Parts: sequence; structure tokens; C-alpha cells
Amino acid sequence: MASSYDYEDAHPQQQDALGYDPNFVPDSVKTFVVHLYRHIREKNVYEIHQMYETSFQTLSDRMFKDTPWPSVDAVAQYVDNDHVFCLLYREMWFRHLYARLSPTLKQRIDSWDNYCSLFQVVLHGVVNMQLPNQWLWDMVDEFVYQFQSFCQYRAKMKNKTEQEIALLRQFDQAWNVYGVLNFLQALVEKSMIIQILEQEKEGLEQFTATDGYDYNGGSNVLKVLGYFSMVGLLRVHCLLGDYHTGLKCLLPIDISQQGVYTSVIGSHITTIYHYGFANLMLRRYVEAIREFNKILLYIYKIKQYHQKSPQYEQILKKNEQMYALLAICLSLCPQVKLVEETVNSQLREKYGEKMLRMQRYDDEAFALYDELFSYACPKFITPSAPSYEEPLVNYNQDAYRLQLKLFLYEVKQQQLLSGVRTFLKVYSTISLGKLATYMEVDEPTLRTILMTYKHKTHAVDSDGKIISNADVDFYIDDEMIHVGESKPAKRYGDYFLRQIVKLEGVMNDMDRIKLE
Amino acid sequence: MGGERDVTPKQQSPSSYTVEQLVAVNPYNPDILPDLENYVNEQVSSQTYSLDANLCLLRLYQFEPERMSTQIVARILVKALMAMPAPDFSLCLFLIPERVQMEEQIKALIVLLHYLETARFRQFWDEAAKSRHIVEVVPGFEQAIQTYAIHVLSLTYQKVPRSVLAEAINIEGLSLDKFLEHQVANCGWNLEKGQGQGPTHCPASQRVQPSRVEEKCCR
Repeated sequence: MASSYDYEDAHPQQQDALGYDPNFVPDSVKTFVVHLYRHIREKNVYEIHQMYETSFQTLSDRMFKDTPWPSVDAVAQYVDNDHVFCLLYREMWFRHLYARLSPTLKQRIDSWDNYCSLFQVVLHGVVNMQLPNQWLWDMVDEFVYQFQSFCQYRAKMKNKTEQEIALLRQFDQAWNVYGVLNFLQALVEKSMIIQILEQEKEGLEQFTATDGYDYNGGSNVLKVLGYFSMVGLLRVHCLLGDYHTGLKCLLPIDISQQGVYTSVIGSHITTIYHYGFANLMLRRYVEAIREFNKILLYIYKIKQYHQKSPQYEQILKKNEQMYALLAICLSLCPQVKLVEETVNSQLREKYGEKMLRMQRYDDEAFALYDELFSYACPKFITPSAPSYEEPLVNYNQDAYRLQLKLFLYEVKQQQLLSGVRTFLKVYSTISLGKLATYMEVDEPTLRTILMTYKHKTHAVDSDGKIISNADVDFYIDDEMIHVGESKPAKRYGDYFLRQIVKLEGVMNDMDRIKLE
Repeated sequence: MGGERDVTPKQQSPSSYTVEQLVAVNPYNPDILPDLENYVNEQVSSQTYSLDANLCLLRLYQFEPERMSTQIVARILVKALMAMPAPDFSLCLFLIPERVQMEEQIKALIVLLHYLETARFRQFWDEAAKSRHIVEVVPGFEQAIQTYAIHVLSLTYQKVPRSVLAEAINIEGLSLDKFLEHQVANCGWNLEKGQGQGPTHCPASQRVQPSRVEEKCCR
């Protein structure tokens, strides 16, 4: 392989001058596809994973930084014209194109066609490969991403050429929302993954224990694609603003435990990000805080091991977004005791000052809620086809604006609650009259504020049960407000453990100095 | 539309399915839209409720806005209002395009939601009276809101003054006496007599969540 790299490096000018020739297959690419094809036939998951994660990236970086890979027709001869392999190759081909260049409309449509063919093959059960979870996750992830990207692209109608509009009309089934949802749904159903997970609980099936792989000669492709499609459905529904349905699609996966979704970092983060976001929109703040806390702590611990991974940037981006969402959740529902110390100190560093201002609920505070939400929310989409009638208008911001507006509406409804909180924290009992004076409202208004507090600090969970999210609680009895005891649970254990580790580190350092 | 529907070969004999089953089996099928619309009307007349079916319909409207019926959307929203304290109304709004939210009927319902969310029951009942034509066609509306009001009151108060209760549930005088009698007999309320306007004692303190309050939220 080394010789082919040299060959390429020696002729960069020439390649540029000639432009991209889709039919030219460098030796290194030939070697790559031949080996990958062989490993796939031999079901050597380890080698497939290496080639997929490392070699593909290395080759892309060195030879295809700003051109596409050689066309599938050009490489097909090296892999026995294997139909399924060619579909997989094209899937990677498009993924690389989307990541490094901007796809044309024709390419977007071709990529859709390729997914259709690929998923049809998988759904009809003619696949007997064993592919790495990482790859299978990337397929679902990319499928949803390209759908989202297509919707954004299509919604920018203003600068479309006549030719593009003609293509859009002609291929109106490409990235059609029904098609996308039905593919994901079909993968879930055909794979029987829900039943498998159900039976696993009774010890009748193994799925999680083997990370979804099949060690009895079968294929893991349909099962694991079906599994990840549940996460895909959660994401699509969040993009559409349908949070309730999104969470319902994820129900078969028990996110309180490790599972196949945690076996791939990208899947783990996507799952929790959307789960947390949906819960935030459903006002289940405590649930969102809990899960954000867990994943942020996890990312904090493992991110150093992913520095070289192609997903590293994405990991950091989602990490930052989830801190912003956590800042929102904690501003609306100050349950800081649910947040681990490491996460909390990171949060203070990033958003400490903003969070203080968000408590004030003035115009500046709303601007901050707006800013954080806009930065951290999913890229909402309008799934319906555009009106092709003149004048052409852009509608790519519509979905985002609606979700933002409704979110800020909720924040406005809660604006008086932080004032109540402040007083409740310093009194164990206080009369309605006195609190009304302090808050500069009349008594009937205070009663509504207190009831709003109660309503907003209670969430309805997925079983329809009402649960309290309140950090400070109270009840009214005979014109007196009695504040419930809230004992702040200090995390001595965490704190001491960290100090012990620090001390050990210092002692080790000192030992080393002595030796030198 | 939905050219990929053949991907999921499903036994489609709608006649043998209930609407609920249709939604569960094939949630992304534009053909069930008329069934879902009929089902909304059925929910109204039979005083039943299915959030999943209604969200499914709103989703289909979102995919094909030209098929949307504002009338049906308004009915879904009234039913969602009746599901308070569950956040169903917001869940529906997330799916309704802004331009539809600007229509008079829908705007009026959003105002009603705002009063309920911020526990301003006096304003709510005043406003509801103005929108009679929208809410009155849905049987059980008043009772559902009263149940929600009592839920919030019982979270907040150990004992509720009669006047506060009267305002929240919009019942006064003799009717209120009757209502209280019924609650005492059936829901375990206690009345505290004493000063002219004796406070009404709800059984529900915030510390013990009575099952009565929880049941209401089950769908």
C-alpha cells in the first residue's frame, strides 16, 4: 500500500490539473476494496471494523480530501460485481461526499435511491453478513441526517434554478417523509427487535450480551439496524416536533442500563441528547437533568480516547449543546443536587454567569433562553413539499421558529416562579399577606402564582403518573404557607474521593522526584 | 405519496381493525387520515380520548398541510385542554403550523390554555364563556376543567377556602352546596364549619397524593 501512497503524493499537481476522474482507481483503493470485500465474506468483524474506521479515514484524508472516491462502477470489477458490496460502497461514497463536499440535488436523489436498494435487500433477508455496530449505526444516523439535510435544502426555495425545481417535482418520492419513516419502521418490525428485547428480559434471547452480534453463523445486520432504527425514529420525531411519539419509539430500549446503544459512542450520545431534549419539551426536567448529567459525566471521562476518531468533533459539539440544555433545565428546575460535582463545575465554568442572569426573567434573561435553545436544539424540519408557485419563498426556518416560540412561551409562564422560590427558601412559614407584600402583588394574584408553581413543578411521566420536580415544596393552610423541609444532600463521598485521588497523585509525583 | 409503503407488507383489512390498532400497526400511512378524523368526532361524542391517535392525525396534517381541517384541529385541542394537567395541548401545538395557530378559533383556545397553565381560573371561565361555540360542542368540558382545578387546588392547599374553590370551579351558591355534598359523599372531602364562610377541607394535602388525582391523568 505504501507504494501507492507515494505514487499519489508524487503527482498532486497532475491530479488537480486533470480534475476528478471517477473511473480512475488508485492501487490503494483497489487494495482497500479487495480486502474489505474479503473480510466481509469471511465475516471478520474485527478486520472490517479496522478498515472501516481507520483505513477509510486515512485514505480519505490522503487522497480524497476534496474529491469524491472513485465511482462504484469503477471498483465493481475488483469485488466480483457483488451487488450488496456495491451498495455498501456507494453508501460510504455518499457519506464521504456529504461530509467533505456539498452534494448536488441529483446526488441527493441518487443517495436516496441507494438507501432504498440497500434497505430493501436487508429487509428481504438476503444479507448474511456480519457488520460492525459502528457501521450499522452510521448507516441509520446518516440516513436520518441526509433526510434532514434534504428538507433544509428543499425549503430554501428562493434561489432554486428551474432545473432543480423540475428535478424536485419529478423525483417527489426522494426523501419523502413517509418513505423515511416507513423504512425505519419496517426495519424495526422486520427485525423483530422489540420482541427480541422483550424475550431477553426473560432470558430467552441473547442480544445485549453479545452486543447484537450473532455467533451462530447468522447475520447481525437486520437485527442491529432494526435496533438503531428505534433511535433513528426518536430523532426524526424530534426533528418534527413530535416529542411524545419520539419517546414512545424509544421505549423498548431501557436507557437506565447499558445496551447496544451504548456500544457505539455516536449512538449513545444521539439517544440521550434527543431523549433529554424531548423530556425538556415535555417539562419533565428532572428526567432530562438526570440523563444529561450521566452522559456528560461519561463524555468527560472518555473523550480523551476518541481524539483521533472521526466522530470527535461531533462528540464535542453535542457535549457543548447538552451543557446548554442542562443549563436551561436547571434554570427552570433548580435541582442542582442531581448533578454530579464534575459536571456541575464544568457547567458553572461554561454557563454559571448566564444561569444567574436567566434567573432574573427580564428581557435579557429571555434573550439568553433564546440563545441557548437556538444553539442546542435539533435542526427542526418542515417535512411537507414546497409550494412551487411563484413567488418562491424560503421556509427552512419555520419549524425552528415555531418550536422556539412555544418554548419561550413556556419560559414566560414560569417567570414569576423564581421569585417565589427565593422566598420559600428563606422561610419555614410565611403568611399569604406578607409574601404578597414582598412580591408586590395582591393576594388573589399570589394564590394563582403559588398554584402555577405547583402545576409547573409537577410533571406527568410516561405512565401518566404525576410526579413532583420541585426543589422547594410548600402547602397552604389557613392563610399560612408552610414550606417543606428541603435538606440539601451534600456529596461528601464524591468530594472526599476526588481529594483522595488528588492527594495520591501528588504523593506519586513527589515519590518520583525523590528517585531522580 | 408514500411510495415506500410496499416495504411493510401489512395485512390491510381496516374493517377488522379499531382505529387504535390502525395507529399502532401502521402509524405512517396517509390512507388512515379520514378514519382518524372520524375518530376525533367519535372521541367527542363518546367522551373518550386517545392522544396517540390525535397526534398521529396531526402528524399526517403536518406532512400534507393541504388536507388539514381547522375544525378537527380545534376539537383535538379542546380534548387536549381537558387532559390537563398532562401537557397534551403543548404536544399538539408543536405540530401545528404557526399560520393555523393564528386562526381565531385556535387563538382563543391558546388563550384558554394560558389561563389554565397559570392557574387563573377566573379569567379562564370568563374567556371560556366567550368561546362557547367551540367548547360547548364537546361534552364533559366543564367537568374536566373542574377536575383539573381541584387537582391544582389539592396540590396547593391543606384546606381550601370556599370562595377560592368557587372561583376555580366556577360554581356558586346552592349549586356549590350540592357539589360539596356530592364530594363529601363520594370523594372523602371534609367540610369545616365555623366562621360564616367556613373553609372547605379537601382531603388532598400535597404530601399524600390521593389516587383520585392520579387516575384522572391515565389515558
